[in-house]
Amino acid sequence: MIIYAIAFYLFAAVAVASGTMVVAARNPVHSVLFLILAFFNAAALFVLMGAEFLAMVLIIVYVGAVAVLFLFVVMMLDINFAELRQGFMRYLPVGALIGLVLLAELILIGGTWVFSPDAEIAISDKFYMSGEVTNAHALGLVLYTKYAYLFQTAGLVLLVAMIGAIVLTFRSRPGVRRQKISAQVGRRVEDSVELRKVKSREGV
Amino acid sequence: MVFILAPMITFILALIAWAVIPFGEGIVLADINVGILYLFAISSLGVYGIIMSGWASNSKYAFLGALRSAAQMVSYEVSIGFVIITVLLCVGSLNLSAIVRAQEGLWFCIPLFPMFIIFFISALAETNRSPFDLPEAEAELVSGYNVEYSAMTFGLFMLGEYANMILMSGLTSILFLGGWLPPLSIAPFTWIPGPIWFFAKIALCLFVFLWVRATMPRYRYDQLMRLGWKVFLPASLFWLVLTAGVLVTFGWTPVVAQ
Repeated sequence: MIIYAIAFYLFAAVAVASGTMVVAARNPVHSVLFLILAFFNAAALFVLMGAEFLAMVLIIVYVGAVAVLFLFVVMMLDINFAELRQGFMRYLPVGALIGLVLLAELILIGGTWVFSPDAEIAISDKFYMSGEVTNAHALGLVLYTKYAYLFQTAGLVLLVAMIGAIVLTFRSRPGVRRQKISAQVGRRVEDSVELRKVKSREGV
Repeated sequence: MVFILAPMITFILALIAWAVIPFGEGIVLADINVGILYLFAISSLGVYGIIMSGWASNSKYAFLGALRSAAQMVSYEVSIGFVIITVLLCVGSLNLSAIVRAQEGLWFCIPLFPMFIIFFISALAETNRSPFDLPEAEAELVSGYNVEYSAMTFGLFMLGEYANMILMSGLTSILFLGGWLPPLSIAPFTWIPGPIWFFAKIALCLFVFLWVRATMPRYRYDQLMRLGWKVFLPASLFWLVLTAGVLVTFGWTPVVAQ
């Protein structure tokens, strides 16, 4: 149990520290790298809670795909950060005010937080809490039965977002010569090579 | 700082993945429930070493190599994911030992042969090996993301690349070639212990890695992207649906719903 506590405080502390560094780092690429570190610690906290499937999915989806694109974009940006930070002191009161409002809201939410009755039923469920079903199995059992419609709806929303992104960025330029592999492979000797008898001292 | 970190990440990621690889029945460091997801996560992190090195080198060749590599690895990750899901459908577990045990009698490379080929080619692309070694195309980019590295940092990149190759070969043999299992469960084959079979299979896959390198010319970049997105992605998606359909139709699903 003591190791568990040490691990929890270690991961939690590193997560909070890297979260701070995301905001505080001078170089935006370093910010993204700290964000990735924060993701990793969040995944480690998931593992400590016994949610290993969620932890792995967090790493695969957020670190393996989303953060790579983040890093991509941030590396490509060409921003003068000294200029960006010029008005820092001037805007500090407004920023601090917004931060305080958010903090107050979070405290209010945290203070009135209760378990839903459904969650208590789920926790007391012998089947899920026995440790015999694995994470992925238990998730699948509720996701594809109880929440099947919501799951499908989420999938549809993502599909619409994907098609929207493709439609927005797709442009067909006229006059671009593309490689047609089927045409290349389907080319035959008769279409491309012609045999001619050329008489001596005459052109084709 | 990032400059030094990048080769270390490449090498460490190739090593920590071995924690979940089962070498034989019960011979595994950490037999976790989500072993295959862990391996998938680790292999998707491999791109960071390369992209960080390309950025931190502050050189255009290195940066171009890193960008190519990032796009390539993210693209082929998708088809690898689908292949893994197809195998998982036939196994019903995310545990690597369970995946190997499910292949007793018939290795998955026979019923899932097209996925086996797709997985192996995607593994070539994922490890940045020829014919997909565009990130280090020496003819155009000098040597890609590792131009500015020398000595031990370069050595770590090189070792990391080869360790990744061995890891991907190990993953191929676990997913499709029956891991530590002998080809047939009869006398002369069962005398040889499991780990030796496993290493023999890894060596076979590594041989194909080198064989392909010596045989194939390098892909052009748009051809590489076309292969990944327009050929492998639809093919693996189709085969995934087909596998699920066949399993459900004939009642071969490994896990029966309660």
